[in-house]
Amino acid sequence: MTVTDDLVSYEDALASYDPVMGLEVHVELGTRTKMFCGCSTELGAEPNSQVCPTCLGLPGSLPVVNAVGVESAIKIGLALNCEIAQWCRFARKNYFYPDMPKNFQTSQYDEPIAFNGYLDVALEDGEVFRVEIERAHMEEDTGKSTHIGGATGRIHGASHSLLDYNRAGIPLIEIVTKPIEGAGERAPEVARAYVAELRELIRALGVSEARMEMGQMRCDVNLSLRPHGTEKFGTRSETKNVNSLRSVERAARFEIQRHAAVLSTGGTIVQETRHFHEDTGSTTSGRIKEEAEDYRYFPEPDLVPVAPAREWVEELRATLPELPRLRRARLREEWGISDHEMQSVLNAGAIDLIVATVDAGAPADQARKWWMGELARRSNEDGVELSALPITPAQVARVCALVAEGKLNDKLARQVIEGVLAGEGDPDQVVEKRGLAVVSDSGALGAAVDEAIAGNPGIADKIRDGKVAAAGALVGAVMKATRGQADAARVRELILEKLGVQG
Amino acid sequence: MPGITREEVAHLGRLSRLELKDEELDHFAGQLDEIIGAVARVSEVAGEDVPPTSHPLPLTNVMRPDVVRPSLTPQQALSGAPAQEQQRFKVPQILGED
Amino acid sequence: MADLTRLTAAQTAAAIASGETSAVDVAQAHLDRIAAIDEKVHAFLHVDTEGALAAARAVDAKRAKGEELGPLAGVPLALKDIFTTEGVPTTVGSKILDGWIPPYDATLTRRLKEADVVILGKTNMDEFAMGSSTENSAFGPTGNPWDLTRIPGGSGGGSSAALASFQAPLAIGTDTGGSIRQPAAVTGTVGVKPTYGAVSRYGMVAFSSSLDQGGPCARTVLDAALLHEAIAGHDPLDSTSIDAPVPAVVEAARNGDVRGLRVGVVKEFGGEGYQDGVMTRFHESVELLRELGAEIVEVSCPSFTYALAAYYLIAPSECSSNLARFDAMRYGLRVGDDGTRSAEEVTALTREAGFGAEVKRRIMLGTYALSSGYYDAYYGSAQKVRTLITRDFERAFGDVDVLVSPTTPTTAFPIGERADDPMAMYLADLCTIPSNLAGNAAMSLPCGLAPEDGLPVGLQIIAPALADDRLYRVGAAVESAFTARWGHPLLEEAPTL
Ligand SMILES: [Mg+2]
Ligand SMILES: [Zn+2]
Repeated sequence: MTVTDDLVSYEDALASYDPVMGLEVHVELGTRTKMFCGCSTELGAEPNSQVCPTCLGLPGSLPVVNAVGVESAIKIGLALNCEIAQWCRFARKNYFYPDMPKNFQTSQYDEPIAFNGYLDVALEDGEVFRVEIERAHMEEDTGKSTHIGGATGRIHGASHSLLDYNRAGIPLIEIVTKPIEGAGERAPEVARAYVAELRELIRALGVSEARMEMGQMRCDVNLSLRPHGTEKFGTRSETKNVNSLRSVERAARFEIQRHAAVLSTGGTIVQETRHFHEDTGSTTSGRIKEEAEDYRYFPEPDLVPVAPAREWVEELRATLPELPRLRRARLREEWGISDHEMQSVLNAGAIDLIVATVDAGAPADQARKWWMGELARRSNEDGVELSALPITPAQVARVCALVAEGKLNDKLARQVIEGVLAGEGDPDQVVEKRGLAVVSDSGALGAAVDEAIAGNPGIADKIRDGKVAAAGALVGAVMKATRGQADAARVRELILEKLGVQG
Repeated sequence: MPGITREEVAHLGRLSRLELKDEELDHFAGQLDEIIGAVARVSEVAGEDVPPTSHPLPLTNVMRPDVVRPSLTPQQALSGAPAQEQQRFKVPQILGED
Repeated sequence: MADLTRLTAAQTAAAIASGETSAVDVAQAHLDRIAAIDEKVHAFLHVDTEGALAAARAVDAKRAKGEELGPLAGVPLALKDIFTTEGVPTTVGSKILDGWIPPYDATLTRRLKEADVVILGKTNMDEFAMGSSTENSAFGPTGNPWDLTRIPGGSGGGSSAALASFQAPLAIGTDTGGSIRQPAAVTGTVGVKPTYGAVSRYGMVAFSSSLDQGGPCARTVLDAALLHEAIAGHDPLDSTSIDAPVPAVVEAARNGDVRGLRVGVVKEFGGEGYQDGVMTRFHESVELLRELGAEIVEVSCPSFTYALAAYYLIAPSECSSNLARFDAMRYGLRVGDDGTRSAEEVTALTREAGFGAEVKRRIMLGTYALSSGYYDAYYGSAQKVRTLITRDFERAFGDVDVLVSPTTPTTAFPIGERADDPMAMYLADLCTIPSNLAGNAAMSLPCGLAPEDGLPVGLQIIAPALADDRLYRVGAAVESAFTARWGHPLLEEAPTL
């Protein structure tokens, strides 16, 4: 599909128009089982092996609500400062689509479990922007279709499609903002920051890993423009299933430019769904429907109402973790780092790992050094998340301890970490197996020191004459001879001792 | 209340995915019109203050623990499939979007 | 031993338990009877000869080993083809599921198997349980054993006809607007719609989820009670299932007694549209109840006059959504997949070809009632009427213990008479629908033959939700008094086929 939409520059667009956004985020919960049946949600299973009569929509099957799904929804609602419904129902959203086994989605309509909240998000420069939350409701995911025969594997031009329903029925929480007004030129940044903050919050609640690249969290960006100084919202476009933070920002930006181009030439925006393309950074029109969608929502008769007891809600409120934004500020303070450094830690997904390493006894600067240095490099190289590396915070803390005790130096520590990542065992086992301990024993080092003095008589003389700084060259020689395994400080001591100089 | 026209039946047919035949459009238009005319009286009786009943018994909070139950085997799941390929349900090309 | 097909379920179970006969002999006698007469009646869509005999052999083996047998062990049963049966075809009377073999058992099916009931096969029904005559079956109509040119009621006409023609002593029905009670009434048998939520709906193909309820069909009140106890009870797979002990229905059926009971006669059931002979037999029944010691009270339930209208909005609305899954993608019929058509087109062609006229009518009616702009006036108002009807019942049950009425306004009508006149057809459920809307329990049992046509008339007894046992206490008393008066069970007057 070619992009034919004209754009105006971002600055020109903002000069004439004021963007209004609505963000709809779908989060797949990390429950063990699906929302309405006991099928496993484990990833990576073979096709159609995690389906039952209910999630396959077989005739006669019935749904039963997953209690942890409801609990997670309430936690999310509370964390978003929402009111929790005293009484609410599920509803059927009726529309035909082959990836949806019942041809209705069990969702919530006018009675969401959580409503009227807000989330404060911090922008890059530290400014806090409040995003108002309309609602958070429970629903279920669809199956997955693979399109066969088309040139690109896309739906257009495919000869047929193959359906795997393992994902059908996985619990989703849909979180909908109220119209986001007043963000101005920062609207795309607000969109990104909101989704990022929401993702951190979801993770902190422990209800989902919210990995966008795996589709566990997806964002629909609704956007419209209105001329400056006007109140009435313009016609919006709905860009569906944007699945990275960067794309959320780019999609909003692109739509602002595209809308402005249409409006400034006297055109009208069509209310339609659009698709975002990572490769071009642009959106394209979805299929224009001949008739308006009419979902014919009605209360789901196969499920009874959910009326969360207030005691339960309060119990859950008591379990809420510190808000990610506030926690980040506290940790930044404790660790003594800049906003910018904290942002890098956040982007690397290293906060919890560093905290856990500190909890296991490592000094914060050391913990941060390893996770943001050596380990971040490895995670980049291997293309896996930091948290997915085969090393635990406790192991990193042990490496830090060995360094602090002088049993390892940095160079050896790197080798120990390499050994742990290679599956050679705990740090102590790697030290033992690879024989990596620092040599500080004077007997073992004596010969090497003697050799270095003998081999560099000129330098030795300088030291004897009081030029203590020259000792570094001899230390280097000893380190070389011992392949880095010597305790450098101890070597220095020995050299000075042997040459009869005070350190 | 509006009468049910042929076009309206065609629209209902599209919404409910029924490829209605021409003669059905007329036939159903007449019958649906008669039925709707007869049932429309429900709107006369109940006032604003009457709450609707969606469930005959006043049950609430029926939930199950988050515990895995055995699924069907893929063979069982696909046993009724009109067509299958690669252990998946094979369906004709899908128009439209996700 | 006498003709095994003429025994009641209770007698059959006793004969098997005592070794007087074997479960295999009982099963075989019924299979033979089916082979001999079902061509005429067409009660069954599928006869599971192998499965029935295997189940019967298992019962005999249990007895041989001295294991204790349940109260219905070895008793044959005809199962309405709306319950899924693993490995046995389930069509719901529709072409769209022709040939479908479910990979799972309904909870009810599983409970029947656990009770060692011998399932003979699957019975004919109006497609997706939509109808009052079984004429809407995609596989042809069923005849009423009293007169094969007349309807056996519906949607569970196959089950009621199987009972009345002695092809099975027990059957299962489902009742969304009267589909257990109306067939029972017009075939001279007993049918009970338990309280909504008493019998699990898991594995029962949904027509209208908030109204559907499975229940027992039998030739005697006691047999119905025995079957009721076997199938009722909490099911964690059905969110609307009642999590409470099953009322003691068998005990009630063994202790029929109406002395001191307050019985309400609903003023709104009667008058225009009610056949004279039906009203004659109904008034006799009320008189009988008085003679047996009940206190008769007239009660008024004014909202009942809106029940039919509310029903024909709620049931189609729910069905339009429940039947959306039949889309030719995962199971069942697929039409028009020639490699050029889209999934959307194939779905529409399949549904057009696979659904009958009544099903299409109701899907469109429901789609209309739920459409934006119409929802409040139709579906919304209908659910309010439902509240009013529930309140009428509550008020009535504040004053009386049970309500009584004719089950149906008329006796069995001729096949074809109302086939393309939906409004006339819908009238058959006038008296039964209020209980579905309110979710309470109701029974139909024979109260004689209409003088003008010699066809059976049903007496409906209605009890509050969760008080299903009252139906059996009253039903047993009426049954035993009538049987004494007639000198034999009513069904003995049916023609022998
Ligand atoms: Mg949604
Ligand atoms: Zn499942």
